[in-house]
Amino acid sequence: MKIVADTTRCVGAGQCVLTEPRLFDQSPEDGTVLVLDDDPPPELHGAARDAALVCPSQALSIAV
Amino acid sequence: MATSEKSDLRQFPVIRTCPYTPPAEYRELARDEPITKVGLPDGTWAWVVSRHEHVRQVLNDPRFSADRSHPDFPNQGPAGQRPPRAAEADRTILTMDPPQHGPARRAVLGEFTVRRINALVPEIQRIVDEQIDQLLAGPQPADLVEALSLPVPSRVICAMLGVPYADHPFFQANTAAMIKRDTPMRERREAFDRIRDYMADLIATKEADPPDDLLGRQIRQRRADGAYDRRSLAALGFLLLVAGHETTANMISLGTLKLLDDPEQRARLGDDPERTAGAVEEMLRYFTIVDSGVARLATADTTVGDVTVRAGEGVLLLGLLANRDPDVFPDPDAFDVERSARHHVAFGFGPHQCLGQNLARVELRVVFDTLLRRVPTLRLAADVAGLPVKSDATIFGLYALPVAW
Repeated sequence: MKIVADTTRCVGAGQCVLTEPRLFDQSPEDGTVLVLDDDPPPELHGAARDAALVCPSQALSIAV
Repeated sequence: MATSEKSDLRQFPVIRTCPYTPPAEYRELARDEPITKVGLPDGTWAWVVSRHEHVRQVLNDPRFSADRSHPDFPNQGPAGQRPPRAAEADRTILTMDPPQHGPARRAVLGEFTVRRINALVPEIQRIVDEQIDQLLAGPQPADLVEALSLPVPSRVICAMLGVPYADHPFFQANTAAMIKRDTPMRERREAFDRIRDYMADLIATKEADPPDDLLGRQIRQRRADGAYDRRSLAALGFLLLVAGHETTANMISLGTLKLLDDPEQRARLGDDPERTAGAVEEMLRYFTIVDSGVARLATADTTVGDVTVRAGEGVLLLGLLANRDPDVFPDPDAFDVERSARHHVAFGFGPHQCLGQNLARVELRVVFDTLLRRVPTLRLAADVAGLPVKSDATIFGLYALPVAW
């Protein structure tokens, strides 16, 4: 799995961080997404997909 | 402006009278016409969109403008009364479109990250405990709205912004006037101007030596960027102050009502804070207190479902129905604290999704955790059917919630 974040689309809602703080954080300056692990272990694949689903600007994409 | 040709259109806004059940007219819309035209009080019409998928699509499409002071923006206020075109300095992230919106939102987003909000938990806990101390020291029955729902978010946002909480009767009264649907436009404007002027005066006192609060930090940051303008910051402070207390207050009241009125769900909640976080999402979905007030104006022809929305036409996004879309939330009218409801649209969707959503989540979680733990005997002291619901406000909620313990 590969997590790709489009930080130009990101609106900093933090929904990805709420979903899985082991995969996502936010820039302290402008709140946009920081991907902590773009190739997560299998047990976090579901959380990565959930984060992409709830992202309000659809800034996260998941490639398998 | 889209003028109504047909008189047989359903008329909006539709009034919510039951705290739990969406209006019957909504049901017909959801069943028969997920995207349809409705009439507005001023004789114009707008599309209403009620499916979860379509609401998300419109709110995340930059071809739909959020500029509510545009003359063609759908207006649900009293006939003949439109908000005047906002002065540029008074525009906020609420109504901006690209390319202004993104940078303006990012300028303040750092204050609202999950990490920053989590750091506020001890302060929020202290405020909640103090309010519950006062509640328990007072007479019974007590009004939970006065004792807890309003003071908690109001004190929290005041502390964040650096606004004296002692001034809360002033801005609460003016906020109430602004969000009542039948407030004449002139009075609405006067209430708006009073809070804006208050905020500008407050900011002026912070300019000489900006304090370490949100407004003070914004002064420093905007000066460093060469973009400091008192009136523009006052507009932002105004927005955060108003948005920061009315919405969360209503969710505290409605969430408490539901838990007290549904002992089985309350028992399922137990005392696990993780469960409370999930229950808060379900409350947000179930009540969707900011409903038909969410609207957009198409700036280009766009296909939504089976319909082509033309440039210049307005769209109302019915979050309450989207959050009860049976294709997305099975058995949608059931309140289930164990439901996984995170994909609700109660905070909106797209680039304008609520800036303070994580603050609201934390406030609600701390309130419900603390209230149920500290006051296990809490009960309703009035019939649900007789509760004064905010049918006349653009943000749904309760005017009072009598409780005893």
